[in-house]
Amino acid sequence: MDYRYLPVTGEDKEEMLKTIGVDAIDELFEDVPENIRFAGEMDLPKALGETDLLKEMKRLSDRNANVQDCVSYLGAGVYEHYIPTVVDHVLRRSEFYTAYTPYQPEISQGELQAIFEFQTMISELTGMDIANSSMYDGPTALAEAALMAASENRGKRRTIVVSETIHPEALDVLKTYAAGPGLTVKIVPEKDGRTDLDKLEKTIDADTAGVIVQYPNFYGTIEDLAAVRQAADKENSLMIVSANPLSLGILTPPGHFGADIVAGDAQPLGIPMQFGGPHCGFFATTKKHIRKVPGRLVGQTEDEDGSRGYVLTLQAREQHIRRDKATSNICSNQALNALAASVAMTALGKKGLRETAERNIKGTHFLKQLLKQKGIQVVHESPSFNEFVINLSRPVSEVNEQLFQHGIIGGYDLGKVSADKKGQMLVCVTELRTREQLETFADQLEVLIHETA
Amino acid sequence: MKQPNQPLIFEQSKSGRVAYSLPETNIPEQSLSDILPEASIRNEEPALPEVSELQLVRHYTALSNRNYGVDSGFYPLGSCTMKYNPKINEETARMAGFAATHPYQPETQVQGNLEMMHDLQQALAEITGMDEVTLQPAAGAQGEWTGLMLIRALHEANGETERTEVIVPDSAHGTNPASATVAGFDHVTVRTDARGLVDLEHLKEVTGERTAALMLTNPNTLGLFEEDIMEIADTIHRAGGRLYYDGANSNAIMGITRPGDMGFDVVHLNLHKTFTGPHGGGGPGSGPVGVKKELIPYLPGPVLTKENDKYYWDKDRPHSIGRVKPYYGNFGINVRAYTYIRTMGAEGLKKVSEYAVLNANYLMRRLEPYFDLPYGRHCKHEFVISGRRQKQLGVRTLDIAKRLLDYGYHPPTIYFPINVEECMMVEPTETEAKETLDAFADAMIEIAREAEESSEMVQEAPHTTVVGRLDETLAARKPVLTYNTETSLKSMK
Repeated sequence: MDYRYLPVTGEDKEEMLKTIGVDAIDELFEDVPENIRFAGEMDLPKALGETDLLKEMKRLSDRNANVQDCVSYLGAGVYEHYIPTVVDHVLRRSEFYTAYTPYQPEISQGELQAIFEFQTMISELTGMDIANSSMYDGPTALAEAALMAASENRGKRRTIVVSETIHPEALDVLKTYAAGPGLTVKIVPEKDGRTDLDKLEKTIDADTAGVIVQYPNFYGTIEDLAAVRQAADKENSLMIVSANPLSLGILTPPGHFGADIVAGDAQPLGIPMQFGGPHCGFFATTKKHIRKVPGRLVGQTEDEDGSRGYVLTLQAREQHIRRDKATSNICSNQALNALAASVAMTALGKKGLRETAERNIKGTHFLKQLLKQKGIQVVHESPSFNEFVINLSRPVSEVNEQLFQHGIIGGYDLGKVSADKKGQMLVCVTELRTREQLETFADQLEVLIHETA
Repeated sequence: MKQPNQPLIFEQSKSGRVAYSLPETNIPEQSLSDILPEASIRNEEPALPEVSELQLVRHYTALSNRNYGVDSGFYPLGSCTMKYNPKINEETARMAGFAATHPYQPETQVQGNLEMMHDLQQALAEITGMDEVTLQPAAGAQGEWTGLMLIRALHEANGETERTEVIVPDSAHGTNPASATVAGFDHVTVRTDARGLVDLEHLKEVTGERTAALMLTNPNTLGLFEEDIMEIADTIHRAGGRLYYDGANSNAIMGITRPGDMGFDVVHLNLHKTFTGPHGGGGPGSGPVGVKKELIPYLPGPVLTKENDKYYWDKDRPHSIGRVKPYYGNFGINVRAYTYIRTMGAEGLKKVSEYAVLNANYLMRRLEPYFDLPYGRHCKHEFVISGRRQKQLGVRTLDIAKRLLDYGYHPPTIYFPINVEECMMVEPTETEAKETLDAFADAMIEIAREAEESSEMVQEAPHTTVVGRLDETLAARKPVLTYNTETSLKSMK
């Protein structure tokens, strides 16, 4: 069989073997002991030509219900937003996607400048001094923020205080990361959809390296960051905020409340949901922590003629230099998705970002009012960004099954988070939902909650 | 050739320009201040750029023209496997069923995604010789840390909490010791011997009852196959430790030998290397982890399960180390890797490794007369040469790398592994034609000659790139990590 990615011909092979001084490729493997040689052929599905493979992949793709054919109300950390057409057009420039980490700055100025612009945009959005070039995703960025907080104060503080209102999978990831260095994770309970501030204050003590809240939180409500800052200040703990970057088009950024670290996922900005990844973590902080930031940083500099240029910088922080002394092991990041987010932020610009954020808030508020009118209980009274909780008093999975028969993908089943939230649904409304869709959804829900299962 | 700076996107901004159009929604107008408290509303707008769509496209096109990828030319960056990124992968990953699905859709709505993931896990288990694979880790480094956390959980379950040390060769990638630290282990270095392989005697000295694991890549970072691997495995296993396989170099062994058969207990793969997920300018990657049976209970949850031709997530995993990443890993990259595996099949993947090794050996022998070759045996998919000889002429490896830019190539990995002086690590990959290898070898030979005859010219390279050598010391001493008006004014000079 011929392979279109393999250019070596029989004639090439003969010439190359001659130069090497062997008779067969096999001789190049003579140092692989006989008893560990793989015999026979690996048991893999058979190779397919281009046309047949596209058919097979389409078959798999078509076995899924996608949000383009349905109307979705799922959010819970991953969001369906308007993605300007230019975003994917730029991503398909193969000078970007077939390059690797810009180790050779002279031939990587494009990538480096794009990332420098990304760092700037994230700093602007979050209200922080600096941002890095990206992390794997929001939750791992948040976990790395916790590790960085614990490495300050010469590593003497060993506790991370975290609100129960952060994304449950972010909490899971945080616990796994904390287990490595043996940090204690103390969880502050939720009260009316927000962090219980009294309990937060009582939980923070002299061992607290960092305090983590999410903004807007997992239930879509907006935490009182001024109060969190105050609570953290009592013991000089770092304030770490996990933020939805799109919401920061309208919400007061965490930096203005004095956050020390803002982490999150840029997925709402130009990155497709892709069944949960790859997305794009971001990490922003203050100048004070510049030498402890995990991941790559791009900095501006000059060449010998004084021309402006960009390089990877402050690399002494990183694993390839510090090895076991590095505070993070991160190496590759999500550069291509950081590029996607940059292009999306450029396309939206100052005005578009605010307008999009506003549309999310207003659409959400509209549906909230509509559902209330239909007699559906909205669980928390606090203001929302683009998500809120309703109580269906019926198993959410059942309701979702019925909604799906009408081409609707219902919201997230909060019963999966805790037993006392059974029957509660987290509903998400983005700028893509039209008035007609929201009204249909409200009508359907009204019918369904009055049905007995 | 040197080119004027591409202005930052912020410097092209003019109030009133847009490059977007939001969908019509017909939602009745409401006042924001009726919904949100005053203190929650941002009072100062973020300084995002305001440009038209064409300005945007020209900006990013200009930036892409100032960048170099595999599609631009030969990119023999050692240990990174810069092979061709098939275009069909980019098409399949964008199919609506893959790209426009939400991770929290009920399993019944996403059976196609789960089927693909399941079959990919099986294929990777077969290729590596492991019993189970998780696709959750985001990248190689996260895979390493995940694997070490699994080993730690196993030791703890066996009551062997005194196993606090991870052994790492001196030639290992920096992520290995860093991952060990993040997983809560101490790290111990084992030396490389004169053959370029793990020093067995030294390994025996440092292995003991505190040994939790040995991390190894095979072929190692010098591109050499650890032929004593069974004795190495035996040494570690007899002491009660486990073997971790860093899959960064798996491009050399597909269908030839498998980590599982070499005695490894845990393995990670870099799907963006061996399995053609593009490198994306630094990521996203994907770092699945494969394990032997005894480690299955500790895998990060949830675990994908198949029953009566239906796929679902098993969340009842009481011994799991917990989640390492939200949702199910870098799914979009996994679609690409699966597409590649289906393109090549078993025979094709074996040919990949054979030709990767053939190409590397050919290039190595062509360069051998002109550069120091610290380890002369047959290499696998990559090899290491040293610029020691040129250094005596005042030309350092960094200079050679910069001079290669003038010849239109991406240089090899330099100064790694750290145990070889003036190191250059070359990985041509199987997707390069002999003509390309010959042209690159000719350029390297020409640079070796230049080093002898006009060393200054090499020291001052590059001469043809859009910017000259950049001042990295300045960047680190006075870090400028974001744009502000001050830096903008400077650029206008």
